[in-house]
Amino acid sequence: MGRYLTTLKVFWIASLTAELEYQANFLIELVATAGNLVGSIFVLSLFYGRGQSLGGWSWEGALVVLGVYTLLEGITSTLLQPNLSTIVAHVRTGSLDFVLLKPIDSQFWLSARTFSPWGLPGIALGAGLIGYAAWKAGATPAPLTLLGAALMLVASLMILYSLWFVLAASSIWFVKIWNATEVLRSVLVAGRFPVSAFPAGLRAFFTFIVPVAFLTTVPAEAILGRASGPWLLAGGAVAIASVVASRWFWNFALRFYTSASS
Amino acid sequence: MAIVRAQGLGKTYRVADKQPGLAGTLRHFVNRRERLIAAVQDVSFSIEPGEFVGFLGANGAGKTTTLKMLTGLIHPTSGTVEVAGCQPQRREADFLGQITLVMGQKQQLIWDLPPLDSLRVNAAVYGIPPEESRRRIAELAEMLELGDELRRPVRKLSLGQRMKAELLAALLHRPAVLFLDEPTLGLDVNAQARVRSFLADYNRRFGATVLLTSHYMADITALCPRVLLIHEGRLFYDGSLETLTQRLAPCREVRLELHAPLGAEAFASYGEVEAIEGREVRLLIPRERLTEQVGRLLADLAVVDLSVSDPPIEDIIGRLFHQGALA
Repeated sequence: MGRYLTTLKVFWIASLTAELEYQANFLIELVATAGNLVGSIFVLSLFYGRGQSLGGWSWEGALVVLGVYTLLEGITSTLLQPNLSTIVAHVRTGSLDFVLLKPIDSQFWLSARTFSPWGLPGIALGAGLIGYAAWKAGATPAPLTLLGAALMLVASLMILYSLWFVLAASSIWFVKIWNATEVLRSVLVAGRFPVSAFPAGLRAFFTFIVPVAFLTTVPAEAILGRASGPWLLAGGAVAIASVVASRWFWNFALRFYTSASS
Repeated sequence: MAIVRAQGLGKTYRVADKQPGLAGTLRHFVNRRERLIAAVQDVSFSIEPGEFVGFLGANGAGKTTTLKMLTGLIHPTSGTVEVAGCQPQRREADFLGQITLVMGQKQQLIWDLPPLDSLRVNAAVYGIPPEESRRRIAELAEMLELGDELRRPVRKLSLGQRMKAELLAALLHRPAVLFLDEPTLGLDVNAQARVRSFLADYNRRFGATVLLTSHYMADITALCPRVLLIHEGRLFYDGSLETLTQRLAPCREVRLELHAPLGAEAFASYGEVEAIEGREVRLLIPRERLTEQVGRLLADLAVVDLSVSDPPIEDIIGRLFHQGALA
């Protein structure tokens, strides 16, 4: 375990040194993320124009959902996208061989190799929005609520990660998978709104097929202190199941990997 | 106790049997046909610790497939492999910490960063303490004649410098078994010679076992007392390079310089005439009759100069691969 932590530290320091050559990126990313967020808030405000509401959610509640979404987007840009997009390159060039020859878990290496600071503004803005909207909504920071919220956020990250990883790992068969992860990203945009705002059919799709509901709506409920036990349990179960599935899928995919010919 | 052991090793690939063109693609889409290709068949050998073994074969003979089975990157279809007491395909940490694979066409160094950053990553992954890793980097860098290059981004290094840095990265964890797949590919003659002397040095200093493939025969003749020759997926020869040369080239080449030019018929009784250029003649004489015939040549003809050599190994192996069939 200690070796994994040391390795993680070295991984991230190496990628930070590489990325920090470009300081201007940070500012650009901050402006882009803020602009994006303002746009999303504006779209959301249209639904709340004349005393209407979205799927039974208050304005502040819906903002919490948006905050969680922004936070996840930030984490995606920081960790998921930079790491998982390289799996495709590894498969295409055959350098996956080197990863497999290291005495360290290959899924860990592929998932944690790089750390890109450009998602940090998104994480900060998302966290800020969650805090502000939860306070406005009158949520009380009781220990139990905080614990539930933290657990559900972790669960949502686990689910998001597994979705990305499985899709990226399938590049072992279909080398050109990159478009598919773009599709995933656009489906996940649905997570900007509470899942109850969608018609019944889509709601079922976003709960059971692509678990968008567990990504943003369930954590938001937990943050607002109104998550019910069954949902918390379901969230946890889905999270653990997806990580286990991603692991199984990786080992399965590796059996088919014969590495690019040289 | 052998450190590398392959027993009846085989690998069969399933490949799509597809006609060219759009029609062929469509037909293939509807009616998928597959063919089995045996890349490696029934290969058995064993290597003792500290041996330096050359692995020869034409492109597509099955060298890389065999190396990949030995390093656990692909699973054998048949037979068994054992390297450093482990089964490679299980890819246990204990096994991976004892081997390394260097591939001339692939690189593990991070392109945009200096090699030192990649080395730091490898040290962490292999669990080498910082102090120890600094010591090893210094030692290997000296052996490889690497200095400032380790602090320059990899993309700014020449091919030769990059290969040396790759070797450093591959050897930082001090593996007991080295699998080298064309480590001198594309290097100029000087860089090739440096890599070669480093490998010999490393093998001596650390008693490491090395299995090397190369297209440059100079690598093999300089480094490998023993060679494995693989041909169309089967092990064709396992033994010393010398015996291989004798077996494949039963004749030696005799070069003569004469006082005055002579016709080809004058040499018919001595050996096979390879070439006649004015006063210079090249003859092929069977090894067992060499002394006798050279003696006769010197006695019978007005010889100014005479030298005996083996035909170049490239020619021998090249002829072998060209002929396809091996007798």
